Amino acid sequence: MRPFTYVRAQDAAGAVAAVAGDRDAGFLGAGTNLVDHLKLDVERPGTLVDVSRLPFDRVEDLDGGGLRIGAALRNSDLAADPRVRHDYPVLAQSLLAGATGQLRNMATTAGNLLQRTRCVYFRDVTTPCGKRDPGSGCSAIGGYTRYHAILGTSPSCIATHPSDMAVGMAVLDPVVVVLGPQGERRIPFAQLHRLPGDEPERDTVLEHGDLITHVEVPSYPAARNSLYRKVRDRASYAFALVSVAAVLEVEDGLVTDVRLAFGGVAHRPWRASAAEEFLRGRPATEESFRTAADAELATAEPQPGNAFKLPMLRGAVVAALRDLTNAATTGAGR
Amino acid sequence: MEDTTTAPVRQRVTLRVDGGERALEADTRTSLLDVLRDGLGVTSPKKGCDHGQCGACTVLLDGRRQLSCLTLAVAADGGEVTTAAGLVREGRLHPVQQALLDADGLQCGYCTPGQVCSAVGVLAEAAAGHPSHVTADLDADVVLDEAEVSERMSGNLCRCGAYVGITDAVLRAARDGEGSRP
Repeated sequence: MRPFTYVRAQDAAGAVAAVAGDRDAGFLGAGTNLVDHLKLDVERPGTLVDVSRLPFDRVEDLDGGGLRIGAALRNSDLAADPRVRHDYPVLAQSLLAGATGQLRNMATTAGNLLQRTRCVYFRDVTTPCGKRDPGSGCSAIGGYTRYHAILGTSPSCIATHPSDMAVGMAVLDPVVVVLGPQGERRIPFAQLHRLPGDEPERDTVLEHGDLITHVEVPSYPAARNSLYRKVRDRASYAFALVSVAAVLEVEDGLVTDVRLAFGGVAHRPWRASAAEEFLRGRPATEESFRTAADAELATAEPQPGNAFKLPMLRGAVVAALRDLTNAATTGAGR
Repeated sequence: MEDTTTAPVRQRVTLRVDGGERALEADTRTSLLDVLRDGLGVTSPKKGCDHGQCGACTVLLDGRRQLSCLTLAVAADGGEVTTAAGLVREGRLHPVQQALLDADGLQCGYCTPGQVCSAVGVLAEAAAGHPSHVTADLDADVVLDEAEVSERMSGNLCRCGAYVGITDAVLRAARDGEGSRP
């Protein structure tokens, strides 16, 4: 591990200035992902600016409804917040589906969003990886691809974004509040994470020195009938093979509102806009749900090792929407 | 990759460990686990995987179960650490420790200090009403049962496979009102 200087940030502006002014510096949150990467030599910062104790550790009510979630709030505290549990079950469930109790007690909102892929080649510095070492190619293509992407891939990278929480957030259309060297910016959540293209080293649109301070989730009453369904290789503590975040509103048997996002299948949380568009106004039946999933998966380009994700994701979409239809019909989702 | 011939950086770290104040100079790269074990001789937390996957290094940091192998010691500076050894009061085992003995919740014992700290955290989190992945009704009170304990303890591996006894022990300690005390 490369030696580094550790600085505990006193305020957000100072932290941004310290990192922005030094190409070799980075932010440290809880470190659950970064410290692992330091040990693996995947990350080699010269200076770490610890932002985990900055006063962004609360959930506040927004004027006019919605929640302002602090970037340094721990995942377990966000999942346990009664407003999140009641008004945004998809977010609480996605948080609780991720990692373990110890890790959720440590991990922060912003750290969760900015965690790196668990692609084994990215984590192994003895293999080429364009995400870790720009321009060096992709070892996953033609390699072991069970956990890799099927949507939005590029010849440069087929890594997946590992977060569950980010998939739960994707259906809530939040705004990510960022403090940069030039001041504050508000980035729609859907624009935060990137597809790999020919720059797989860039996970997000953030620039060096940009610090996420809050995530603002707008009021969205339909989200009371929402859920997160995760399919994985064991019952607990495993990354998603596929996952589905869903919000559904049904009236007189017809879909009046629906939002869908997928995890484990792309370089970013995958908002399933084609499936949503197909479903609006259609009967809330398994046949509609299956056709909607197929519409979204029409552009999928699986690898030999992960073609199983297509039927798995189709099944997860149908199951999630069927459960939400039942809940909407019985009123259990209110 | 860039040139990395930089000199090690050492920094003072002060912790409260199992009730006593301890201080030392540590390389900024050192994990809390290594500072506890190698720097301070506190060998109760164990090094299993050193990558946050096994839970053997679990301690209570500022009252919450956390992984000492993924925590930089400098980042924990000023913090309060309770290890499994520090849970013993006046020579009496903590209710979780006693329950693990009573329920045969260990074989080799290497993962046990992490299991103990994790279980104490589980009981405190449940008492505070924190839901889990298997909690059916997110608005309801938490009731610990076998499925809840298995899910909540999933971050602690036991290669001897003593899970049946461990789960039983956590449920026994849950029935004892004192199980969540640090």
